[in-house]
Amino acid sequence: MAKTMSRPGATAPVVNPPAAKSAPWPVTFYRSAVGKKWVMAITGLGLLGFVIAHMIGNLKMYLGREDIDAYGHALRTLLHPIMPNELVLWILRLGLFAMLVAHIHAAATLTIMNKKARPVGYQSPRQYVAVNFASKSMRYTGLIVFLYLIFHLLDLTIGTTNPDFVEGRVYDNLVASMSRPAVAIVYILCNIAIAVHLFHGIWSVFQSMGLNNPRYNVARRWVAMALSGIILVGNVSFPIMILAGVVH
Amino acid sequence: MSLQLDSRIPGGALSDKWENYKFDLKLVNPNNRRKFTVIVVGTGLAGGAAAATLGELGYNVKVFTYHDSPRRAHSIAAQGGINAAKNYRGDGDSIHRLFYDTIKGGDFRAREANVHRLAEVSTNIIDQCVAQGVPFGREYGGLLDNRSFGGAQVSRTFYARGQTGQQLLLGAYQSLARQIHLGTCELFNKMELVDVVLNNDGQACGIIARDLLTGELSRHAGHAVVLATGGYGNVYFLSTNAKNSNATAAWRAHRKGAAFANPCYTQIHPTCIPPSDEFQSKLVLMSESLRNDGRIWVPRNADDCGLDASAVPEDARDYYLERKYPAFGNLVPRDIASRNAKTMVDQGLGIGPLRNGVYLDFSHAIERLGADVIKGRYGNLFDMYERITGEDPYKVPMRIYPATHYTMGGLWVDYNLQTTVPGLFAIGEANFSDHGANRLGASALMQGLADGYFVLPPTMAGFLAPRLGESLVSTSDPVFEQAERDVRDRIDQLLAVKGTHSVDHYHRELGKLVWDYCGMARNAAGLEKALSEIPALRAEFYKDLKVLGSAESVNQSLEKALRVADVMELAELKVRDALHREESCGGHFRDEHQTDEGEAKRDDENFMYVGAWEWGGSDIQRDAVLHKEPLVYEAVKPTQRSYK
Amino acid sequence: MSTNMLNLTLKVWRQDGPNSAGRFETYQTTTIADDASFLEMLDYVNEDLVAGDVEPITFDHDCREGICGTCGVMINGQAHGPQRGTATCQLHMRQFRSGDTIVIEPWRAAAFPIIRDLMVNRAALDRVVESGGYITVSTGAAPDANITPVPRDAAEAAMDAAACIGCGACVAACPNSAGQLFTSAKLAHLNLLPQGQAERWSRSEAMVETMEQYFGSCTNHGECQEACPKEISIDFIAMMNRDYLKAKFTNRRRGGQRKSG
Repeated sequence: MAKTMSRPGATAPVVNPPAAKSAPWPVTFYRSAVGKKWVMAITGLGLLGFVIAHMIGNLKMYLGREDIDAYGHALRTLLHPIMPNELVLWILRLGLFAMLVAHIHAAATLTIMNKKARPVGYQSPRQYVAVNFASKSMRYTGLIVFLYLIFHLLDLTIGTTNPDFVEGRVYDNLVASMSRPAVAIVYILCNIAIAVHLFHGIWSVFQSMGLNNPRYNVARRWVAMALSGIILVGNVSFPIMILAGVVH
Repeated sequence: MSLQLDSRIPGGALSDKWENYKFDLKLVNPNNRRKFTVIVVGTGLAGGAAAATLGELGYNVKVFTYHDSPRRAHSIAAQGGINAAKNYRGDGDSIHRLFYDTIKGGDFRAREANVHRLAEVSTNIIDQCVAQGVPFGREYGGLLDNRSFGGAQVSRTFYARGQTGQQLLLGAYQSLARQIHLGTCELFNKMELVDVVLNNDGQACGIIARDLLTGELSRHAGHAVVLATGGYGNVYFLSTNAKNSNATAAWRAHRKGAAFANPCYTQIHPTCIPPSDEFQSKLVLMSESLRNDGRIWVPRNADDCGLDASAVPEDARDYYLERKYPAFGNLVPRDIASRNAKTMVDQGLGIGPLRNGVYLDFSHAIERLGADVIKGRYGNLFDMYERITGEDPYKVPMRIYPATHYTMGGLWVDYNLQTTVPGLFAIGEANFSDHGANRLGASALMQGLADGYFVLPPTMAGFLAPRLGESLVSTSDPVFEQAERDVRDRIDQLLAVKGTHSVDHYHRELGKLVWDYCGMARNAAGLEKALSEIPALRAEFYKDLKVLGSAESVNQSLEKALRVADVMELAELKVRDALHREESCGGHFRDEHQTDEGEAKRDDENFMYVGAWEWGGSDIQRDAVLHKEPLVYEAVKPTQRSYK
Repeated sequence: MSTNMLNLTLKVWRQDGPNSAGRFETYQTTTIADDASFLEMLDYVNEDLVAGDVEPITFDHDCREGICGTCGVMINGQAHGPQRGTATCQLHMRQFRSGDTIVIEPWRAAAFPIIRDLMVNRAALDRVVESGGYITVSTGAAPDANITPVPRDAAEAAMDAAACIGCGACVAACPNSAGQLFTSAKLAHLNLLPQGQAERWSRSEAMVETMEQYFGSCTNHGECQEACPKEISIDFIAMMNRDYLKAKFTNRRRGGQRKSG
C-alpha cells in the first residue's frame, strides 16, 4: 500500500471505497464503472435491436390489415408447434425486460456515483463546448421512454387503457389508439425522446465498447444520427398517417 | 573548521576510472539497505531518478517536493533533447567525442574524470528510458531517431517531439510512483526544505521542512541527505526557470558549510521570446533545436529595424552567425549565440516593438522542405510562439532574445557527488556540475539522469556501508530543535517587518541589478556597482517588506519571501565570484578579457580552477572565503574554443 | 504588435481554507496589457491587493510555459478558459476585451478538495499513476535501446497520449468529474508500446479500479478533450474500455498453474 503522510490537504479523498470482499470476475467487472458502461452498451444495443425490429414490424401496417395481423399472429406463434404457443415470445419478452432492468440499474448506480464525485458543483455558470442536448438529457429522456413504455404496453399489448382493444387485431387496435389526438401527440413526443436518447446512446456504444479507429471515427456520429433519424421518421409516421386519414 | 576540497578523483586511465572506482566502492548488503534512511529533496530528473533507484535498491527513502506532485519539477520544461554517445547514426560519435565536446563546450572549466563518466553512462540512460516507455522520436524502421544540437558536429540528440524533458521526467516519476506504491519511498508533497540539519560532528543528519499547506514545521532524520533542488537562475527574476524554482536548499546547505562553486557561471539561452513589457513574470524558451532550420539575422542597417521583416531585402540582412562562424553557423554553442545577439541589439540593430530581439527566420526552410515538414518538427513550438506573441511564425520570422536558462555553478561536490558537508549530496543542476563554464544543449537532461540513476546510487552505497548500525539522530535532539527555532525566527522576522513593498518588488529589483551588471557580459565597474547596491537592497528588504497573512496556512507571499531572502545573499556571492574571475570563459564573459574579434579570452595560467566559496558570515563580500580546486587536463589539451 | 490596455471586472472565488465557506469577491482591474498572460494579470491584481492590505489570491502555478500542469482554473465556466489547447498560463489577455467580466473559480470535484482560493489538491491523480502507470524496469536492467523496433505510428500515438500534463482540467470540465481522459492517456501511452505489453492487463485493471475510487464515470460527452490543454483524444478512453474488458475476461494463466486469488 502506498505510504504517504496523512495530511488532509495532501491526501486524496476516496469517494467510492473498493468492495471489501473479493468476488468472481464477472461481479468485479460489473462493480466497476467501466464494466457498467459495457453492460449499458450491450443492453442498449439489444434494446436498440428491439426498437428497430418493432418499427419494421409496424411498417407492415402500410401493407394492410391482413399483413400486420398475420405478423402479430406469427410473433405469438413463433416456432410453434416445435415450442408451446407464445413460449418463445415470452422468452424474448423476459430477455428484453432483463436488459431493461440491467440498463436502468447501471444507469442509476452510475448517476449516484457521479453525484458523489462532485458534491459541491460550480458556483458560476458553466460554458460547455462538447456537451449537447442529447448527452445532457440522457437520464430524462431515459425516464420518459421508460414511463411511455408502461403506457404503451397497457395501451397496445394489454389493452387496459384502450377501450376498443381486441387481442390479436393489431391493425384495428393501432388505429383506434392513434386516432385519439392526445395519445398521438404523447406518442410523437415520446418518440422524439427515444430518438434523442438513441442519438447519444448509439455514439456512446462505440466509445464504451472501445470501437474506435481513427479512419472510421467520423462515421460514428453519422451512424448515430442516421439510425435515430430513421427510427424517428418510421415511428412518428404511424400516428401522423392515421390522424391524416391515410390509414384507417 | 577550515574547509578542505578533496575531489576524490580516482587514479588510473581516464576511461577506466569509473569502472575501477565502482568496483572499489563498498556495497551494502540487500538485507541491510532498509536499515538506512536517505532523504531526497526535489523530484526533478536527478531527484526523481535517484529516489526511484535508491528505493528499488531497498533503501528507505523519504522524498520531498514543494509541488503537489513529483511530476511538476521544472525538468519537465526541457524541450529539445538528451545527448548520448550511442553513435546510432554512424557519423563518428563515441564516448570520447561526447566527452571532448562537453569539455570543450564548457570552455575547459570542468573536471575531466566527471565528464568522462557522464559520457560513459549517457548510453545507459537512453537504454533505461526506452525500457521505461519514453516515446522517443523514431524512424520509419522503428529505430531511434536523432537530431543535431548546438556545439556538436554529430547527431547524438534523442528527442520526444519538443517535450523531451517532460517525457524523461515522467519516466523517472513513474519509476518513483512504483516505489511509492511499494512503500520503499515515502512522498512528502507540498513540503519545502527550509534548513539542513547537521549533527555535532558536522555531518548532515536531516532536514527541517515546512508544510506549505499548513505552515507546520517538521523534522526529518536521515543517514544521508540528497539535494536535487535545481539551479539559481531565478536570481535574475526574469528567466526561463519556473516561478517556484529557487535556491533555498542549496543556499541553506552553503550556510551550513557546503562550499558553493562557480556561482558566476550562468547560461543565457539564445532562443527565448523577448519580453513584451515591464510586468512580464517570466521568459519562455523556444527549443534550441529551432536553430537547426531557422536562420538568425538582423537588418544590416538600423533604419530597417522598424520595417516588417518581409520588407527587408535579402541583401540588406545580416546573417551574422553564418557570417562569423561558417563551420557551425547557426549551431554555435549557446554562450556565443547569446552574446552575438546582445552585440547586435546593443549596436541598435534589434528588431520588434521594443527593439529587443533578433529574427529567427524559417522562410528558407519552409521553401526548401515545405511547411508540413517544419510543422512536423516544430509544430508545438510554433503554436506556443503564436499563443504568446499573437504572431504566426509560418508567415513572419520569430523574434528571439537570450534569457537566463541554466546555472553551471552550484554546490561543490567531489567525485561521489558529496558536498563538503559529509552525508550531504548534491545532484543535477544543484551541484556545480560537469558542464564547466558553459553547458551544451541537451546535456542538462543527460547530467540530471546520470547523477540520479547511475552515479549517486553506487557512491551512496560507498558512503553508507561503513555506517551500518549507526542509528538516526533523534528528531528531538538539540540540533533539530535549534534548527527549527532558527527557521521559526526567520519566518517571524519576515512577517514582522510589515513594510510597504511586496516580495515581487524586491525580487524584480534584484533581478534587474544582476541582469544589468552580471548578465551576458560583465565588467569590473558594473560588478562593483552591483556589490554596493545588492546589500543596500537586502537591507531595505528587511526594513520595508510587506508579507500579509500568517505562517499557519497557505501563504505564497511568505514562501516567496523566504526564497528571495536567500537568493539575495546568493546574488551577492555570484557577483563577488564574477568580479574575482578576471577572465572570460563560457557563460562568464568579462568585457576586459576578450580577443580582438570579441571572443572570450581565457586565462588558463591563473584561473584554471574551480572557485569554491565557503560561507564566512552574512557580510558576504568580506567574509566569504575562496578555495581553489585546480583543474588538471591529462586527456585533452585546452585550446582556444573555435567554432569558425 | 501593438499593446492594448484592458479594464476588467474580476469575480474571483476566495476561500480561506479547506473547511471554510467560500464566496466570490469582485475586483476591478485597470490597465492590463493584452500582451500579458492570464496569470500575469492575476499577479498584477495581487500586487494591487497587497498594496491595499488585502491578502493576495492564492493560485497554483509554476512553469508558465504550459507544460508542468500546476496551474488551472475555471475561467467563465470553462477549464483553462476559452482558447482551445491552452493551459491557463498560456492563455493571453488578447482573448478578452476591455469591459469584460471574468469569473474565476477553482476546479471542483470530490477528488480535488479546495485548499485555498483557487488552489486544489490533486493527489488523486498521483494515486492513479502509482497503482500501475509505469513499466517495471529497475535501473540498470534495461537492454540496448534499439533492440526492439517500435513502429513509428505506435510511438507517435503513445506520444500523443503521453503529452498529458496532469493538470486535472479533464476532471474539472467533465460534468461527472470523471478521470477517464487522464487515466486512459497514461494507459494508452504505456499500452501502445512494445515495452508496456508485459504489464498491460494488470496495469489496465489496477488503474481503472483505482481511478474509480476517486472519480465519477464517463458518459461520453467529450467535454474533457475540449478542455485538455494538450488536446488529448477521447479515443484513448475507448481503448481503455477495450483493454479493461480484455483484462477482466481473458484467462492468461497457463495450464498447471494454481489459482491464486
